[in-house]
Amino acid sequence: MPPQGRIEVRDNYCKGCEICVDACPQGVLELAPERLNIKGYHPVELIEQGCTGCGICAIVCPEAALIVYREVKSRSQ
Amino acid sequence: MENVTMEEQLVYDRPESMASVQTHYCPGCTHGVAHRLVAEVIDEMGIKDNMIGVASVGCSVFAYNYFDFDFVQAPHGRAPAMATGVKRVLPHRFVMTYQGDGDLASIGMGEIVAAAARGENITVIFLNNANYGMTGGQMAPTTLPGQKTSSSPGGRDVEVAGFPIRTAEMLATLDGAGYVVRRSLHDPKNIRMAKKSIRLAFETQKHGLGFSLVELLSTCPTNWGLTPVQALKWVEDAMIPYYPIGDYKVNPALKELKI
Repeated sequence: MPPQGRIEVRDNYCKGCEICVDACPQGVLELAPERLNIKGYHPVELIEQGCTGCGICAIVCPEAALIVYREVKSRSQ
Repeated sequence: MENVTMEEQLVYDRPESMASVQTHYCPGCTHGVAHRLVAEVIDEMGIKDNMIGVASVGCSVFAYNYFDFDFVQAPHGRAPAMATGVKRVLPHRFVMTYQGDGDLASIGMGEIVAAAARGENITVIFLNNANYGMTGGQMAPTTLPGQKTSSSPGGRDVEVAGFPIRTAEMLATLDGAGYVVRRSLHDPKNIRMAKKSIRLAFETQKHGLGFSLVELLSTCPTNWGLTPVQALKWVEDAMIPYYPIGDYKVNPALKELKI
């Protein structure tokens, strides 16, 4: 099973440039169609399951607007 | 018995050295990527409290608002001269200039060549986006032959305006330069390479190996009249053939560094 991940978007930094939408290998990012941020841009959001937490969206983001998390196995006794 | 549970790990968050403000850059401008990489490197090296940045004139003029460390603002093109002064007075601080091509490769060409020739122990982050972004996309010394800009509407005519200047190659010929490379910001692989180069440029300064410059091929979607994604493609298709990515001068001592 591929690793699971998710992103959080700091809406007010996002400028809706769509570079992350284009770069996402899983194609699970879209601009929110009915939401605007304080500057009047449609911020990006996760639209479906399938994020692997690879972090490519954060690497290409010019605004450092994305926080990326990935699930890892932790072993405990 | 061993229990396997899933726990969430933070992969990426905004670097601490970036101030919590929105930038004035156009959507999709790779200035933001360059800012982020510089801030990440400074966080990794733990030199935030020891940094002094020198902002230039151009779109990068507001860099002092976006980085969370000490900054001064230089007159147009004179950032390397100001950085020279700062570094000579405070030799134990890390000094960085952040300049665009209209600043560094045009009005400031004399300053940068002289600073590199003197081997000043400063780091220069040079954004090359092939036009003057802030003033409305006029032709710059780095504008490609045939490229349409607002002051060359028929495309750059090399018989009248001459040929674009390859800054990294030129500065690499100077003995004072310790680390001179060109990188691009158009895809994840190249952005990772650019980050490593920025790290090495600061390491050059840390070890006193002379002048270091990282030229970053950057986009200007607004003035090129392209969408951000098309602009990244244009960097790959048009700019990289003229401005090849490569290491033009690397001090041998840097190759032995373990980072």
